[in-house]
Amino acid sequence: MTSSPVLPKLVGQRVKRREDPRLIQGRGTYVDDVKIAGLQHLAFKRSDIAHGRILAIDTSAAEALDGVEAVFTGAQIAELLGPMPIGTPFPSPEHRAVAADIVRYVGEPVAVVVARDRYVARDAADAIAVDYEPLPAVVDPEEAMSGRPALLHADFPNNHAVGPLPAGTGVGGDGTVDDTAIDQAFADAEVVVSQRMVNHRLAPTSIEPRGVVAHYEPGKDTLTIWSSTQNPHILRTFIASLTGLGQDQVRAIAPEVGGGFGSKINIYGEEYVAAAVSKRLGLPVKWVEDRSEAFLTTIHGRDILAYVDLAARRDGTVLGLKLRLVADIGAYNMLLTAAIPTLTMTMASATYAIPAIRATLTEVFTNKTPTDAYRGAGRPEAIYFVERGMDMLARELGMDPAELRRRNFIRPDQFPYTTQTGAVYDSGDYDKVLDRALEKAGWEQLKAERDAAQAEGRLVGLGLSMYVEICGVGPSSGLPTGGWEHAQVTVERDGRISATTGASPHGQGNETTFAQMLADQFGVPFDHVTIRHGDTAVVKQGIGTFGSRSQAVGGAALHLAGGKVKAKMAKFAAALLEAHEADLVFENGRIAVAGAPAAAKSFAEVAAYAHRPIKLPAGLEPGLSDEAFFEPSNNTYPFGCHIALLEIDRDTGEPRLLRMVAVDDAGHLINPLIVEGQIHGGLAQGIGQALVEEVVYGADGQPLTGSFMDYAIPRASDFPRFELDNTVTPTPVNPLGAKGVGEAGTIGSTPCVVSAAVDALRGLGVKHIDMMLRPERLWRIIQGGQA
Amino acid sequence: MAQVSITVNGKRRSADVEPRLLLVHFLREHLNLTGAHVGCDTSQCGACTVLLDGRSAKSCTIFAVQADGAEVTTIEGLADGDRLHPLQEGFWEEHGLQCGYCTPGMIMSAVNLLNDNPAPTEQDIRDGLDGNLCRCTGYQHIVNAVQHAAGRTREG
Repeated sequence: MTSSPVLPKLVGQRVKRREDPRLIQGRGTYVDDVKIAGLQHLAFKRSDIAHGRILAIDTSAAEALDGVEAVFTGAQIAELLGPMPIGTPFPSPEHRAVAADIVRYVGEPVAVVVARDRYVARDAADAIAVDYEPLPAVVDPEEAMSGRPALLHADFPNNHAVGPLPAGTGVGGDGTVDDTAIDQAFADAEVVVSQRMVNHRLAPTSIEPRGVVAHYEPGKDTLTIWSSTQNPHILRTFIASLTGLGQDQVRAIAPEVGGGFGSKINIYGEEYVAAAVSKRLGLPVKWVEDRSEAFLTTIHGRDILAYVDLAARRDGTVLGLKLRLVADIGAYNMLLTAAIPTLTMTMASATYAIPAIRATLTEVFTNKTPTDAYRGAGRPEAIYFVERGMDMLARELGMDPAELRRRNFIRPDQFPYTTQTGAVYDSGDYDKVLDRALEKAGWEQLKAERDAAQAEGRLVGLGLSMYVEICGVGPSSGLPTGGWEHAQVTVERDGRISATTGASPHGQGNETTFAQMLADQFGVPFDHVTIRHGDTAVVKQGIGTFGSRSQAVGGAALHLAGGKVKAKMAKFAAALLEAHEADLVFENGRIAVAGAPAAAKSFAEVAAYAHRPIKLPAGLEPGLSDEAFFEPSNNTYPFGCHIALLEIDRDTGEPRLLRMVAVDDAGHLINPLIVEGQIHGGLAQGIGQALVEEVVYGADGQPLTGSFMDYAIPRASDFPRFELDNTVTPTPVNPLGAKGVGEAGTIGSTPCVVSAAVDALRGLGVKHIDMMLRPERLWRIIQGGQA
Repeated sequence: MAQVSITVNGKRRSADVEPRLLLVHFLREHLNLTGAHVGCDTSQCGACTVLLDGRSAKSCTIFAVQADGAEVTTIEGLADGDRLHPLQEGFWEEHGLQCGYCTPGMIMSAVNLLNDNPAPTEQDIRDGLDGNLCRCTGYQHIVNAVQHAAGRTREG
């Protein structure tokens, strides 16, 4: 018997990513790297006006160009494709992949060219002439609610896409509304803080733009579609449905995906068109978005304004919250568009036991790019409105903002806690995370430093934000796609392990974290485990990666599938060792009888036996492969506390972040190195919203932020070194106790940076400033203008 | 069409190209070197960064004909056989990447940075990488990666 090395436990360790060797050598295959013989390239002719009727479209010059295979107008595409479906139960106007009669935002496709290379395709798209009758455009959502100057969709009076939709205290499941409790809360209040706030429009901006390759093979009647997508299985379902193919005839592949942040959940018009055109022509086609197109046509995020009223007693006890929300969703409903702002209502209680809440949501069509899920998706907006409100209340009461929050926390013994807007928080310990953050930041000393700096005339401010959010997006009741995830685990003949996951990653490092888990579960070397994903021909079932669900749902499915295979393998080992399976331990590449280490078989021996079982133990089938679907009973609700120190240059108005402390609680962590990376990236996007990012439209609906020259995403020099810590409050809703972390950083950071800026200007009587905090806006305030 | 002859990762490559062909498309489409990525059309993001005669350059901003006679190094040519470049090691060790799309360009810019300044401060690194955008990492692990490589380069 040979001795085997002692294998370290990997779950909880900072394991280097196994994805990296290919990516740091330029050997990853992203969708634009896919090549097929005979590949044709698509280019879209897009509307250059915000609203208008197509009177005529002349494609003759485009068709005459050498290398052009075909040109399709919206009317011709309509013969190949029905209207684009959505994934929410809300009523939705007809939305065509290529507009045939009316265009409703700048960038909406009106024709598509198929040509031999991308240069010719672009030339041809430019050669298409479109004659429009311009219609008035509406860009201000509150103006749009009057139905003037433009009505986008005839069946949606006053441009109301959804609502007004009430939620919270006194709102019955049947839509009945009783105002008694919320009115009483405000009647009892000793202080009320009221503020209109805007959580403005952002561009998700993954560095890899969207892209698709579609390859219909006429002899086989099958379609293979490569797409830069977060959810190949959902893509397959929708593409099959709209192209008239069965799901068994469509194979969807997500190759390396260069970031998504929610924007690559959607099934976009270009993907449907690529599939339909490939099928029609019998040719493989590719389309890759350029950055200007991305700003026009990839979904935008946020863009919700709120009228916030917070009622409290003078001792800081919050009695009630009113949140009147107006969401500017742009010109159409995309996959989840209408559902996203409802999450803002769901999370209106934030980390507080607020006894009366009334949220009211109206979603409005405007002549802009449609919105949908962007990192955090509805939760950052809720936390922003409530946390800015709490900060204003603290100021009004002269209380320390940390103490005001602490006074209103949901206590650990109140979990599971049902909020007034219906969320059921799984677990939490908000005092603990607040204490850790205050200690990490040196809160009392920071306040003294801020006071000293302000006494010198420097504009230094301190901001604090609590957050709680929804992760591990979960039960099927809340997700039209189904809320489960799938995994298959196979112990191969040679004792190595292959596993598949439906959680198709785009930078999350699942190949590493999932291999850590299986290596521990089976007691085998990390290098003996391979994780496959992102190909519906390899991964039998799946939902995808969004809502911070990879670990909490996908990881849980993997754990369950692994458990099934391990249990079966134990039966084979028990037969070989003439032992009872309950007495076996899997460790260090062996399966041994507990307490009798000499009685052991190597993992590979047992695997080989299971694949050639002479003789077959009674009641067992050969082989070691099994699958699991995991459907969580609830979402998870991770939380945290973020603290920012910021200084504004008195002469230029330029804000500079001096410190950023983030203490997060995502439950149990599989790989703290990867978790840190997720939080860093989230912080960067949340801070980016506060300081540098804003999608801007002119009054005519023309986008003014159409490239990286106009829309800033943060650069390395914009940040100090982030200071992280964490607490661990496991969730009871999955077997791992992991909550999810992908969106956390984005949610807490934004309000605390804005609160820090407001704090820096408190000497000027400033109570609130709308984002983004552009230097010009701050400079005008410093010069005595208004916020 | 115009004839170009460019030495890429040590090998001389000649081709007839359209005068308007971008260097990045020459590398990606003609040579199948797909490590340099395209992330914008305005030279902001830096995903296409390569070394042109030893200096970092955004290959989406240069026509292939402008690189005629030049030497180009792409991410594929950075490792010494199986031995990773110190910056590649640094990015791996310090988790300097997530989706990996900006990474080839980020690494090539960092090569230029360390060539100019073998012992940069953290601020030097942050300022030096301002021409490369990353949306995933928040840059902190990228800074660590460059520091890691700088340490190794100095030791080496």
